[in-house]
Amino acid sequence: MTEPRTVELEVLRYRPERDSEPVWQRYTVPYSHDLSVLQALQHVKDELDGTLSYRWSCRMAICGSCGMMVNGKPKLACETFVRDLMPGPIRIEALAHFPIERDLVVNAEGFIRKLEGIKPYLIPLQPRTLEQGEYIQTPLQLERIEQFSSCINCMLCYAACPQFGLNPEFTGPGVLALLHRYNDDSRDGGRAQRMEVMNAEEGVWSCTAVGYCSEVCPKHVDPANAVNQNKVNSAKDYFLRFLQPRGAR
Amino acid sequence: MTDGKAAPRRPFVRPMAGWWRRDPFFVRYMVREATALAVLVYAIVLTVGVVRLAQGEAAFAGWLQALRSPASLLLHLVLLASFVVHAHSWFEIMPKTMPLIFVQGKRLAAAAIQRAGWAATVLVTVLVFALALWARP
Repeated sequence: MTEPRTVELEVLRYRPERDSEPVWQRYTVPYSHDLSVLQALQHVKDELDGTLSYRWSCRMAICGSCGMMVNGKPKLACETFVRDLMPGPIRIEALAHFPIERDLVVNAEGFIRKLEGIKPYLIPLQPRTLEQGEYIQTPLQLERIEQFSSCINCMLCYAACPQFGLNPEFTGPGVLALLHRYNDDSRDGGRAQRMEVMNAEEGVWSCTAVGYCSEVCPKHVDPANAVNQNKVNSAKDYFLRFLQPRGAR
Repeated sequence: MTDGKAAPRRPFVRPMAGWWRRDPFFVRYMVREATALAVLVYAIVLTVGVVRLAQGEAAFAGWLQALRSPASLLLHLVLLASFVVHAHSWFEIMPKTMPLIFVQGKRLAAAAIQRAGWAATVLVTVLVFALALWARP
């Protein structure tokens, strides 16, 4: 079978200084069997149109920078191969549900603010000195949190979540999965500080279990599971306080 | 931009109208949500039956008679089909709604949870049929 010589890209451009709304622009780039969508964009920027803006860094699906909609699906451009999308044209658009800052670059400020808000770090249950050594846990305790700790903050799950699209204040799948990752860590004692975010209307209760977040996650974090099992934790947190003696909380 | 100053920021927010038609996954989600209404409709049908029972034998016989009408049979067929779709979609998402389950140190697979859901459905269905046959006058 002869391989095609070129592939057509349709890229949603938005240049705030001249476009009133995003417009599609077509580019033709040389095809090769190992061409990724990110490499195709790099050919455009290097050879055809230096004004095209997009985020990228590692080129190996670990930095989480190059998330974008490829033929309508949230994807990391670096691990999405053009050969799987032939004959094209391939439609490339900024991550859905986020405001477009420029071309394929979205405004991630809301996401960063939410991420900071859940204290995404271990707050030791029992602080140890250096002499006392590391915080240890069993393999089973690790397995409870390991998949949720694989999140690379690429925000594909937000582009897959219609509830986030309809209400940008929703804490959203990725951040709630990380909240769960720390709350469920045997070494962590910060649960009480994070429950306010989880219990809020914009916390786990804004999720309607669409489940697409888990489908698109490139790291198999399964945020839908993290969010939905915490609906039970949130309900317990609400009702059990009536059973606790005064001053226990 | 030639004067070295950045252009003013003007983030563009794309509209959400018609979002559920954008991806087949969202269409399936909407079918799951819509078939929940069939569950509501059947709950109303059964509630009417209980009310008619409280009103006496003649009222209850009238309700039973209404259930046998062609329109009612057609409604039941539509509701049954909706129930099967709804059950399938719910068992599909069920493993995501539960805490991780470990059996002898190993994580229970999503497929096992889904099979357990279907097994419970079949068991309850058989029990209801058995009860109906046993209670037949």
